[in-house]
Amino acid sequence: MSVLLVLEESGGKIKRASWEALAAAQRLAPAQEITAVVVGAETETLAAEAAAKPVGKVVRVEHPLLKTYTADGFSIALHQLVQSQDATKWVVFPHTYQVRDYAPALACRMGQVLIGDVTGIEDGPIFTRQLLQGRLNGSYRHSGNGPCFVSVQAGAFRADSNIDALDANLSAAPAPIEVFTPTLDVAQIRTAHGEPFRESTQTVDLGSAQRIVSVGRGIKGAENLPLIEALAGALGAELAASRPICDNGWLPMERQVGSSGHTVAPKLYLAVGISGAIQHLVGMKGSQCIVAINKDPDAPIFEVADYGIVGDLFEVVPALTEAVKAGRERS
Amino acid sequence: MKIVVAIKQVPDRDAPVRIAASAKWIEERDLQWAMNEPDAYALEEALQLKEQHGGEVIVLSAGPERVGSTIREALAKGADRAIHIVCDDLGARDALGVARLLAEAIRPENPDLVLTGLQSEDLGLGLTGVILAELLGLPHATLILRVEKTDAGLKVKRELEEGWFQSIEMPLPSVLTMQSGGSKLRYATLMGIKRAKSKELRAVNAAELGVEAAPLATLEQISAPKKQKSTQLLGGSAKEAAAALVEKLKTEARVL
Repeated sequence: MSVLLVLEESGGKIKRASWEALAAAQRLAPAQEITAVVVGAETETLAAEAAAKPVGKVVRVEHPLLKTYTADGFSIALHQLVQSQDATKWVVFPHTYQVRDYAPALACRMGQVLIGDVTGIEDGPIFTRQLLQGRLNGSYRHSGNGPCFVSVQAGAFRADSNIDALDANLSAAPAPIEVFTPTLDVAQIRTAHGEPFRESTQTVDLGSAQRIVSVGRGIKGAENLPLIEALAGALGAELAASRPICDNGWLPMERQVGSSGHTVAPKLYLAVGISGAIQHLVGMKGSQCIVAINKDPDAPIFEVADYGIVGDLFEVVPALTEAVKAGRERS
Repeated sequence: MKIVVAIKQVPDRDAPVRIAASAKWIEERDLQWAMNEPDAYALEEALQLKEQHGGEVIVLSAGPERVGSTIREALAKGADRAIHIVCDDLGARDALGVARLLAEAIRPENPDLVLTGLQSEDLGLGLTGVILAELLGLPHATLILRVEKTDAGLKVKRELEEGWFQSIEMPLPSVLTMQSGGSKLRYATLMGIKRAKSKELRAVNAAELGVEAAPLATLEQISAPKKQKSTQLLGGSAKEAAAALVEKLKTEARVL
């Protein structure tokens, strides 16, 4: 087996991002060569879910100390697994917050370096990832003899199409499942992780909004927000923001769109003064119609926009608010 | 508490970038530089911890001579002293190579805590802090918004995805990578800028640290991203563009 694909779960189900990583792994090796890995204290259900996918086999890395995620527990257990599998050329992960927390340490333990946040795999293989907040792409190549560690950006590979297409070619029988028991001691786990919590009760529901006007750094200061509020009001849209706006406390965190905030897919997403770093794009690129207003014609937000206005938002936004109002009066 | 903060100098966010003739990196001549924003939050956290618990804040940065301006900015904000790993080929090293340099410089300091930003704004790898922890044999936590000192070590607030958080308790010494937004960044005062001039800034040549530069992951080429959609750009004056957009949204996209 040349590929180890480490799946991540949430609430007892394999996360969608894990299947996107499977689609990426298929660029590196045929399905029979892919070993899907589930990690935890009780992994039977997860393993069964993975075995129904086009993979060569499934390994359950199981230990009571893996019940809750810790960087130490996962690094030690997966290090032992990788060492036990001969001929592993690739170790593939979804690029989640959890993977970012332990995969770099795991790779380092094996004298390797993770090629993280990959958005494309071409022949070679050449791994594409974004640079300078999405303004440029970089092509990376791995050298050396050890296994190559790769994590895959959410939304970059389509989970369903590739996997279903391959499903048809494989026998209906589920992949064989093995159990791997790592040697772990409680003293090796140096951090204690509490239960996840949310900060405050939610007062807006961005997820169900039909229209969203979202604002970024281009707004320059909280005192300019009424400009955006007026546009949102005219459009009957919810107000949202990119991370820096919430970091600065100009809008509450609950209005943040992106990997650390909400994932939204409204009919209309109007991005004002947002450059479009990948962390923001993953939270909104599924929107039906995307409009970008930005002074920089090279801003990455224009890569996903259906309509764009290159210009000064302090001129364009008031004009747009007026045009929306005028349009409503006419119709 | 003795705290080392690893900071990186990156191209200023608003600086226009051009692909260099080699197509391996951007043209660095005439570029404006700034402190990587997540690292600025790491520095802020370190300064606040020092204000509460006493101790020392040491700034560490690797790169060519120009990095000195960012180091001085950190000293002006309140760091006590600095180590500059002078290294003209930073871009030729991968994250493991850079982390090895930083680890060698940190080791003799024996700090209680190492802080850095969760990722850089130029390469965006998000690897260096975690690799540092592994190389130094220390526990770590990533995407941290708040740090509290406890009797046993630290209690930190970690950001999870989609608006969730988690508390982590860990011993010292340890390594944390800081998420932005946990606190408000301070500005350097005039007094701070003046004082910074007399603070210790020790230069260490990268070659003296005995770290191999050969990378395992090589950035072979950079390029402008391909468009995922064909964007209709609406031109003219602000008023004309706005009117055209409303028309498109009504009749073409049918979202108004």
